Amino acid sequence: MISIDVYSIVLPLLLEGAMVTLQLLVICGILSFLMSFIGGFSRLSGIAPVRWVSGLIIEFIRGTSLLVQLFWLVFALPLLGVNIAPGLAAIIGLSLNYGAYGSEIVRSSIQAIPKGQTEAGIALNMTPIQRMRSIILPQAFRIMLPSFGNLMIELLKGTALVSLALTSDMTEKMMQMRNTVGHDTQLLSLLLIAYFIVGYAVTLLFRWLERKFSAGRV
Amino acid sequence: MVETQDANALTAYNIQDKDPIVKYREIKKAFGDTEVLKGIDFDLYPGERVAIIGPSGSGKTTMARLLMTLEKPTSGTIEVDGRYLWHKEVKGQLVPADEKHLHEVRGDIGMVFQHFNLFPHMTILKNCTEAPVKALGLSKKEAEERAKEMLDKVGMLEKAKDYPASLSGGQQQRVAIARALVMRPKVMLFDEPTSALDPETVGEVLQVIKDIAKQGDMAMMLITHEMSFAHEVADRICFFDEGIIQEQGPPSQVFTQPKTERLQEFLKRFHMNGSS
Ligand SMILES: Nc1ncnc2c1ncn2[C@@H]1O[C@H](COP(=O)(O)OP(=O)(O)OP(=O)(O)O)[C@@H](O)[C@H]1O
Ligand SMILES: [Mg+2]
Repeated sequence: MISIDVYSIVLPLLLEGAMVTLQLLVICGILSFLMSFIGGFSRLSGIAPVRWVSGLIIEFIRGTSLLVQLFWLVFALPLLGVNIAPGLAAIIGLSLNYGAYGSEIVRSSIQAIPKGQTEAGIALNMTPIQRMRSIILPQAFRIMLPSFGNLMIELLKGTALVSLALTSDMTEKMMQMRNTVGHDTQLLSLLLIAYFIVGYAVTLLFRWLERKFSAGRV
Repeated sequence: MVETQDANALTAYNIQDKDPIVKYREIKKAFGDTEVLKGIDFDLYPGERVAIIGPSGSGKTTMARLLMTLEKPTSGTIEVDGRYLWHKEVKGQLVPADEKHLHEVRGDIGMVFQHFNLFPHMTILKNCTEAPVKALGLSKKEAEERAKEMLDKVGMLEKAKDYPASLSGGQQQRVAIARALVMRPKVMLFDEPTSALDPETVGEVLQVIKDIAKQGDMAMMLITHEMSFAHEVADRICFFDEGIIQEQGPPSQVFTQPKTERLQEFLKRFHMNGSS
């Protein structure tokens, strides 16, 4: 067992790492959410080149490993003369990656709304923007929520990858501890529990959002 | 005017010296290689009620959707209240209309769909006020007053705070009718408004449409398979088959003395034998 005074060193460090993990989660969560809408709308654009280019970018990002993307941002980019701080690289890498997945969520949810809804909007002489804002998006958003909940949990787990190359998130902190105090089993179990707590909080948040946006459902 | 005299013979409605509110001219519509409408010439007069009948797949829905701007004609023109719908006049030339032009012209048209197409995430009242506020620019208060008046007319005012999913099909369709009426269109299209309903709620919706037809001076185009309803409500019956108007005239004539063999055959299916 880990003794009490070892815990007194481990827990503060774990908390410190957890703060970094949470920061990454919130910042990248918001950024990838924005990217999802930019990407999703681009893929549905009436302008063909916009559709093609966005499709290509999204498929490229989805089709390559996050880990390799992160390494590329940290190690390859400087060789090309662009130096970005590891923390920033982590944020860019995670946001692009999960934004690409999110784009598909946005696109497919908007396309899932029956054509009759758009047609009713046209028959009521609403403009395309009005139809999107009052008819399509509110319904599509409800469909998006569970998938976005999943995506946020994936993002949380994705943040662990950045410890390998970049920042001092909670995984990285625990790895340090293993080197100094040993007790691998307990430390890693503690880490699992810490991820679970954050992940479950995300799940509860999204369940609450789903309830909030469920008007009209029976 | 010779044209008006001809038109008068086709309808039980008193056209007087009115100009048509809607004019289809040589309208053709193809989906890929299939030509669905093969040259439609059709006039609808302000306040006139025309029932469109005809077999499945004959192009009735397509004809209405072209007027609602849900589908674009392959060739030909449609005029609404003296303005081209799918074209703009630029220096005397007809050029394809843009969204802005469509927006201006289609304000005169309203449509009730077979499957209601209510907005499921909005209350009944909101369903009826959203477009008046957004598209007509009414204040929320004005829109709600209008909406309540129309919901009352279709007998759905009590349900104003409910969501569509909690209503029966017939009730949803009555709300959809109110929602379209709130916009005060000059022409209202009904595309088989009762075909998706349980038999027991068909009557209430037909009754609402009959009531609307009695009041007001809105022109109506009713696509329906309910022959007795068409007979009762319409000033003119328009028989569609194979993408063209095969025969039209006042109900008394069309139902009792159909001229074409196709129409005779068609009416037999509804036990309406032309000669009897
Ligand atoms: N978007 C479309 N793409 C391809 N074909 C279509 C489309 N819409 C309609 N059609 C075809 O056009 C023909 C006419 O369809 P339409 O819906 O206008 O007929 P209808 O007279 O309303 O028939 P019904 O009584 O069954 O409603 C049909 O053969 C149909 O399959
Ligand atoms: Mg039809």
